[in-house]
Amino acid sequence: MTRADPFPLIRTVGLDGALVTFADTMTEPSNRAALAFRGALHEAGWEGVVESSTSLASAYLRFDPLRLSHAEVQARLAALLAERDWYAAPLPSGRKLWRVPTVYGTDLAPQLEDAAAAAGLDVDEAVRRLGKSRVRVLTIGFAPGQPYLGPLAPEFDIPRLQQLTPMVPEGALVCAIRQLIVFAGPTPTGWRHIGQTAFRCFRPGMEPTFALNPGDEMVFEPIERAELEHIRAHNEDGTGGAKVEEIAA
Amino acid sequence: MSLIVRRIGPACTIQDQGREGYLDQGLSRSGAADLRALYEGAALLRQKPDLAALEMAGMGGEFEAVSPVRIALTGAPMQASIDGSPVAWNASHALAKGQRLSIGAVLKGGYGYLHLGGGIASEPFLGSRSAHLAARVGRAVAVGDTLENGPDKGEAGMKIAAEDRFCGGTLRVVASFQTALFDAETLARFEATEFRRGPRANRMGMQMDSDGPGFAAKGQLNILSEVISPGDIQMTGTGNPFILLPECQTTGGYPRIATVLPCDLPRAAQTPPGGAVRFQFVSLDEAVTLHAAWLKDLARLSARVEPLVRDPHDIPDLLSYQLISGVVSAND
Repeated sequence: MTRADPFPLIRTVGLDGALVTFADTMTEPSNRAALAFRGALHEAGWEGVVESSTSLASAYLRFDPLRLSHAEVQARLAALLAERDWYAAPLPSGRKLWRVPTVYGTDLAPQLEDAAAAAGLDVDEAVRRLGKSRVRVLTIGFAPGQPYLGPLAPEFDIPRLQQLTPMVPEGALVCAIRQLIVFAGPTPTGWRHIGQTAFRCFRPGMEPTFALNPGDEMVFEPIERAELEHIRAHNEDGTGGAKVEEIAA
Repeated sequence: MSLIVRRIGPACTIQDQGREGYLDQGLSRSGAADLRALYEGAALLRQKPDLAALEMAGMGGEFEAVSPVRIALTGAPMQASIDGSPVAWNASHALAKGQRLSIGAVLKGGYGYLHLGGGIASEPFLGSRSAHLAARVGRAVAVGDTLENGPDKGEAGMKIAAEDRFCGGTLRVVASFQTALFDAETLARFEATEFRRGPRANRMGMQMDSDGPGFAAKGQLNILSEVISPGDIQMTGTGNPFILLPECQTTGGYPRIATVLPCDLPRAAQTPPGGAVRFQFVSLDEAVTLHAAWLKDLARLSARVEPLVRDPHDIPDLLSYQLISGVVSAND
């Protein structure tokens, strides 16, 4: 961060929102800052706040402008920003680590070889590296509960495909631009389909409805196809055989 | 007490004011496209505005009363009749057991609403009954469905003077965090241009067309995906504006030039295909003042409700009514 850098930047959002942006690119520190700052906003519990969220490098606050003025919100946000170096702040507490059984490649995830080649790796090495990559939920969006995960190591900075894959199924693990997504539902995508899980991000009618929270971490551990079939046959809770543990604060 | 759906248009869903607090989970609010219509229905039936109603996009349906039920009709006016006799829009009516309410195509605007006394008592999900089809929450209402209503008592046969918001018009907007990505010339041209609602429109958003060049942001097209609010006016790659509506995504990478105020969102959503729309910037202070006035107006709608006086020409068999029962003396 240079001195000419305008970040962190406070801006208004429509009639009833404020946005604190920590960078104009997704970096590990800017995402960390957004998550930590949003955590602090949540803890502050200002009266008149309706909800808050994060995107890749920003924290958003929506409030009732008749109870809490824009000027007051801007002043409070500036004061909170000045309290510490948010780029170095610890992540919020209460985060979880998910270990999700994943079939890499096969006809279930036919773009693994292509992705490995784009990363300059042979398939076995790509699976070895991906299977032990611990990635963070950078943000949730596009579809309910659907995580954008990263950052992966630099070799996985592979571009999106020019041509959309017409449909990948729920639980598909896809890769592009040093990020992973586990799809919440069947969807077309330009990201390469490298793995398949039975993990459901969005579970209407179950508790909790949303499996993940921003800041959670995930590891996609390689399994054989037969194991996934077994998991699918016993997947009433939608976790897809995932093991979950608390991350110590 | 309920209605059975005998016939239904292709895009009818149960809607209330939507669900808040799930933005960080990628779930936008949903809720009625025309929030004012929910308040008008509530005023007509003298009930709370947070109850659910049936939102009918473009086309209604036919509904049979399983038991006596009060209904109200608001939003975009549609052809409506009870057992074949036309009934007034922006009004409440009593349906007797077995009677059929028939609602046809929209006459102007986009979204009509059928309210039940006591509200539609479907199962809430995360605190709201609103369907959100883009997020796979709920589904469109189908033939054979039953619309159960909540506990209810009260009168029918009332009307409300509704605000005409079904032909487009001027939408007041406020600058948002990406407005500065557009240069002054583009912003001035945006405000001076008359747009027409394009054919691409649903509860996620509606495209606006105009003659002449598009409204592109300068440089910075590779912006990070950022939070979206309903009412945001998003510029696609071609520089065509889209007004984003209740089922919009929670974040998006296209720049947003401005945000339509909540008080003008019903007018925006109700603009019919081809309807003319202009955008007018107001300051954030003015926007907050307008918002306060709008909320105050919604809270006072019940003062605009009055008895529906039937025009004798609308009564098919006047002689069957006992017009003089109870009258003792002409000089009372």
